[in-house]
Amino acid sequence: MVTRPVWKYSLRAVALAYLAVLLLAPVVFIFIKTFEHGFSTAWSYVTTPAAISAFWLSVLIAAIAVPLNTIFGVGTALVLVRSKTRGRKILDALIDIPFVVSPVIIGLSLILVYGLHGWFGPWFIDRGIPIIFNPLGMILATVFVSLPFCVREVAPVLMEIGTEQEQAAATLGASSWQTFWRVTLPSIRTGVAYGVVLTTARALGEIGAVAVVSSNVLGSTVSLPLLVKYRTQVPGPGGISAAYATGTELAVMSLIVLIGMTLLAPQRKDA
Amino acid sequence: MRIDAEAINKRFGEGFVALEDVTLEVPEGSLTALLGPSGSGKSTLLRIMAGLETPDSGVIKIAGNDVTHARPQERGIGFVFQHYAAFAHMTVRDNVAFGLKIRKRPKSEVRAKVDELLDLVGLTQWGGQRPHQLSGGQRQRMALARALAIEPRVLLLDEPFGALDANVRTELRRWLRRLHDEQHVTTVLVTHDQEEAMEVADTIAVMNKGRIEQVGSPRDVYDQPATDFVMSFLGPISAVDGKLVRPHDISLSHDPSGGDVRATVKRIVHLGFEVRIELVMPDQSISRVQLTRGQTAELGLTEGQEVYVHPPESKVIGRADEHPGALGASDDDTLSEAIV
Repeated sequence: MVTRPVWKYSLRAVALAYLAVLLLAPVVFIFIKTFEHGFSTAWSYVTTPAAISAFWLSVLIAAIAVPLNTIFGVGTALVLVRSKTRGRKILDALIDIPFVVSPVIIGLSLILVYGLHGWFGPWFIDRGIPIIFNPLGMILATVFVSLPFCVREVAPVLMEIGTEQEQAAATLGASSWQTFWRVTLPSIRTGVAYGVVLTTARALGEIGAVAVVSSNVLGSTVSLPLLVKYRTQVPGPGGISAAYATGTELAVMSLIVLIGMTLLAPQRKDA
Repeated sequence: MRIDAEAINKRFGEGFVALEDVTLEVPEGSLTALLGPSGSGKSTLLRIMAGLETPDSGVIKIAGNDVTHARPQERGIGFVFQHYAAFAHMTVRDNVAFGLKIRKRPKSEVRAKVDELLDLVGLTQWGGQRPHQLSGGQRQRMALARALAIEPRVLLLDEPFGALDANVRTELRRWLRRLHDEQHVTTVLVTHDQEEAMEVADTIAVMNKGRIEQVGSPRDVYDQPATDFVMSFLGPISAVDGKLVRPHDISLSHDPSGGDVRATVKRIVHLGFEVRIELVMPDQSISRVQLTRGQTAELGLTEGQEVYVHPPESKVIGRADEHPGALGASDDDTLSEAIV
């Protein structure tokens, strides 16, 4: 299709304006609002005991959910792309459940399974491991909602690299394990890194499913997104400013993971 | 080491028969070509030898040992893929060193061996580059060095030059032949290019539809083809008086001598030393004859002239009516291409 320059530039302008209004403006606005009263005010909002507790709870949730879903994600992607088992199609469909079901429903379903009157709930409670309204439940909810990201990033990359390099490694004497570490994983690392970034962002930012299974007690079961919500409901200007500061904190955390992963697994220039 | 394939059968899915009762002996130190069109089963047979596919039935032996159920890792083979299968994230050196590192050889030994191989394939100054920085021919030489590094008992090459430009192909296959003459590793080469098979191999196994049609030296399969298929696959063919012959085995003259066919010269194409002549046969079909420039000049051939066609008695293989489609029966411009 031949497009006249005037159309080409108008289209670009429209696309950029669209993104600017819908994406950039709100984010920039939060940054501006956060540092409205200076850096030290913002810093004081993110260093209250409740904020520090929320920070560490969010880190804990991400620190468990991300590695778990990364290992599961790479393994599942290998099964989906490389194996010929019959259950593959069913597995493929199951993976997407967290994408299609509302997070609130996911939280509710966890209560049905692990709650006081749930199927497995009493068994865990009897053994002194309460799940619902405890950090453990929040971790489960986060693992659930952030499960598909890594699989969906890695599977297409595995498909693209094909099996010849792996077969070559086998003919050269490498075991399946050696082939995975020396050939497969280095070839898919860009996909894995991007999966980790998306999983982390979701794990840090998830609020719907987590809110249902949290007891909402400051200092114990309030993660950073829940703290943002809590603070927006505090009357007076202080509450909303504190919420902005917490929002910025979340954004910075995700950004650090993104930068870290970009440095660890730079985009390959070859194909 | 000698390779034996005994009564190999292989199907893919429910319907497609890739190999049907295939038995082949690859003598120690030979360079054997598996030659056939796509879908003939040649690559499947090679991959079964390598352990990359499992046969439904039959036995593979390397050096007399049954390896049918051995994994590729245990077979002591070197395998070269059509599309190089280079480890994209490793340097050329690391690619070549891969098999040795897996075997946990001492570092000094790995370094010496890799240096030697890079020198052998002419990639010494490319050692630090990534595969994507190399040309196709260089990548395939790297893949050969990588396969040779582990000192394989047999070398299996799956259409190794298939993805390369014509002049690089020619150069690399001569190089492969020289390498084989120096190293004497038993080698099996899969190719669909009859010229490549004739130039490189000392034995050719011609395959068609999952079966081996003939095994023999390049001269044998060309001059004494066992079947119509082998004849048509190994070179151009022409039909004269209902018989299949090679265009260069036909002679023309102005004298009628006992039972010869009279035809009209339709077109004369000069291709340097070779001259291709298109004849309209009595039944209006087109046959092609290949003469030298000298022969053409001697006959003083001109288009529209009538000539007598002498097919050679000894080189006739099949009957044209048994072999439709592969003949000059239609007015096809390039007969040899239509067949190959």
